[in-house]
Amino acid sequence: MVQKIDMRSTLLSLTILFVGVFIWHAATHVPDTGPTGVELSQGEMDTLLGKNMLSEDIEYYATQGVEFAQLEQIASLNLSRSMIEAAGGIQALGISAPDENSAPAPGSLFPSPTQIGKELWATIADPFYVAGTNDMGFGIQMGYSLLRVLIGYSLSAAVAIPLGFLIGMSPMFYKALDPFIQVLKPISPLAWMPIALFTIGDSELSSIFVIFICSLWPMLTNTAFGVANVRSDWVNVARTHELSTTKTALTVILPAAAPTIITGMRISIGIAWLVIVAAEMLVGGTGIGYVVWNEWNGLRLDRMIVAILLIGVVGMLLDAAFARLQRAVAYAE
Amino acid sequence: MTHFKDPFNPNIDVWNECGEASESPTDPYAGLSKEDADALKLRAKQSLNAEVGMARALESSVMQGLFKTDISRRAFLRSAGVTGALAAVSTVFPLTSLQAMAEEAMKNLEKTKLTLGFVPITCATPIIGGHALGFYQRYGLDVDIVKTAGWAVSRDKCLNGEYDGSHLLFPMPMAMSLGIGSTAQPWKVVSNVNTNGQAIVLANKHRDNQDPKNWKGFKFAVPFEYSMHNLLLRNYVADAGLDPDRDIQIRVVPPPEMVANLRSENVDGYLAPDPFCQRAVYDQVGFIHKLTLDLWKQHPCCVFGLSEKFITENPNTTMALTTSILEATASAETSEGRVAFAESMAPANYLNQPVEILKQILTGVFPDGQGNIKNVPDRISFMPLPTQTMGTWVLSQLRRWNYIDADTDYATLAEELVMTTTTRERMRAMMAADPNLTFSDAEQDVYAPVDIQGREFAPAAAQQFIDSQPFSRTVG
Repeated sequence: MVQKIDMRSTLLSLTILFVGVFIWHAATHVPDTGPTGVELSQGEMDTLLGKNMLSEDIEYYATQGVEFAQLEQIASLNLSRSMIEAAGGIQALGISAPDENSAPAPGSLFPSPTQIGKELWATIADPFYVAGTNDMGFGIQMGYSLLRVLIGYSLSAAVAIPLGFLIGMSPMFYKALDPFIQVLKPISPLAWMPIALFTIGDSELSSIFVIFICSLWPMLTNTAFGVANVRSDWVNVARTHELSTTKTALTVILPAAAPTIITGMRISIGIAWLVIVAAEMLVGGTGIGYVVWNEWNGLRLDRMIVAILLIGVVGMLLDAAFARLQRAVAYAE
Repeated sequence: MTHFKDPFNPNIDVWNECGEASESPTDPYAGLSKEDADALKLRAKQSLNAEVGMARALESSVMQGLFKTDISRRAFLRSAGVTGALAAVSTVFPLTSLQAMAEEAMKNLEKTKLTLGFVPITCATPIIGGHALGFYQRYGLDVDIVKTAGWAVSRDKCLNGEYDGSHLLFPMPMAMSLGIGSTAQPWKVVSNVNTNGQAIVLANKHRDNQDPKNWKGFKFAVPFEYSMHNLLLRNYVADAGLDPDRDIQIRVVPPPEMVANLRSENVDGYLAPDPFCQRAVYDQVGFIHKLTLDLWKQHPCCVFGLSEKFITENPNTTMALTTSILEATASAETSEGRVAFAESMAPANYLNQPVEILKQILTGVFPDGQGNIKNVPDRISFMPLPTQTMGTWVLSQLRRWNYIDADTDYATLAEELVMTTTTRERMRAMMAADPNLTFSDAEQDVYAPVDIQGREFAPAAAQQFIDSQPFSRTVG
């Protein structure tokens, strides 16, 4: 029965994927027919020849789809073929003012699935190239991001879990710290960033700090909640056995609260991964967030989407790792 | 200024013993083999360094001792060849140790590993192309250039020392030195990395509404508050009778987001750096209303900035770095240079833009999005000398719009913040050392009044000038 549901859900997922990609393809696909040539009348030819434009140049420009109005201006400006080549070629130069008849400009269309597929393959096929400080393969960029997340997240866990225990075990601390947690928790990483840059004065440390501060709260509150809600019978049993506080915390409360703590950690890693992309877009330099920004900067939507897809996949893998950990510590009462 | 006369060049007179001024030849390397010419050019470059220059003076006296007159020296060099002569003379006299000393001095840089920041726009051409085409290496520098997301981050990374120097907007070193919008830290305008090179772009729907008088309620984007873009746009609309703070809205938008904002009609237009003006035309979302050079010919735009601390702590490195950037700037101004720089900057490591757009911008042959093709060779220019007139105008305009909140002596302040004299001396020394290098702006009057939108601005009368301008915040 369970197997059957699994199979059907997989089938449904695949159908949704295919339908989605098909609609996308249909909406964005423009057949590449090359430039549409322009027919020039004899009178127009004569005007251009009269302005000393060479006949072979005129023919070439016309096959590239440049209208008479533009050609006349090129002739009046005395632009030679070599000057046009130096200025990036006739096609880009001949872009006319848009009207309802004009073909869409290069780069103005949303990329089609085939384009994305091509870029995706190119990206995955060569993940570790280094073409300069500002252009490295996605493997390296992903590595930078993961490293930052790892450092910030570990620091955060090292603070949040012990502190969460303290808060959970002592109602007084819980009440005292609660207002601070509630105020600091909803602050966006983008708001922390400029403050961090200004005070810490190092963009690398700043991004790590932002990861730290943003992944702290879910872990802290979940740990506190898990610890505070351990069934009181179990703590009482521990007390009748005259266990010390530390021993109670480690042998009774920790295993009992573990699933809640791991849930907090799972939420936090998701947040950390969200935050790193934002932080790197802001600071630049390295990391997968920087890649998104860099492609945005060149208005290369296709490569941006590839980067976004890869961010999603890595985020999913991180989440899956914690899901596995969660199953490992789960217990039945 | 030292004019380096190489005693190993057979084409020139070095000592002029008869006292008559000999004419310097138009091409001092004429008739030499390529190997010889290259050897001489390398020596000329090295002699830009002060200590190498000293060593070369010693060489010159050694040669004078050997040959007594220019005539016999030149005859010997012609028969033996330059490289041959260098080898022959060094067997008799310890020229090699002088040579070694010269190379040592080139290495005598306080810091060779440098990090420079840049924002990915064509204004940064000399800084980016300097990296792509290897200008820094020629002076023994190992430079990393880091692409930066926007001007505020650029400024913060400069202030916290992550960047040794940076591509900045002309008003930024001033704002940073005065502590407007950030903590105060003294920074200097070392040289212009470009002049001109911006445009006012409007969304296609405003094709028939190109008179700024009718722009009330428009939303404009500029890349940063302390930018030439902001100051020029304010000046432009104010002259048309609109108060830039009340009648229109000016938003700060990072350059890469400008085209997308224009497409989604979030803004009606922008005054921005290229490539994002030409990119709007390429993507057919907007058109070029006006190039900023039509507001002010050869107006400043972006600069190469260094902190005062860096300059005092690393004098030799500063000199080498400035020389390499100035050389790249001069090279970008030449017509062959423009194409080469455009090609070198297109990859993802630098500007990450289609190469044809960059070529259109740098060669000045471009469609304006209104159906016209234009040929404006100085659409972007590379005139490195930052003049006092530029500095004074920027400071007084910052006062005009109340970014600086009290009247001050703009001309004196500009003297302090803009390194006109040092940069000019460097440019002269470089031209003397390398006859193939020209800076057409090197000898201009740096206090000369300029015409900005039909008004004459004289730096000495900056206060009166802004007081008389419309909407000036200095009066009433």
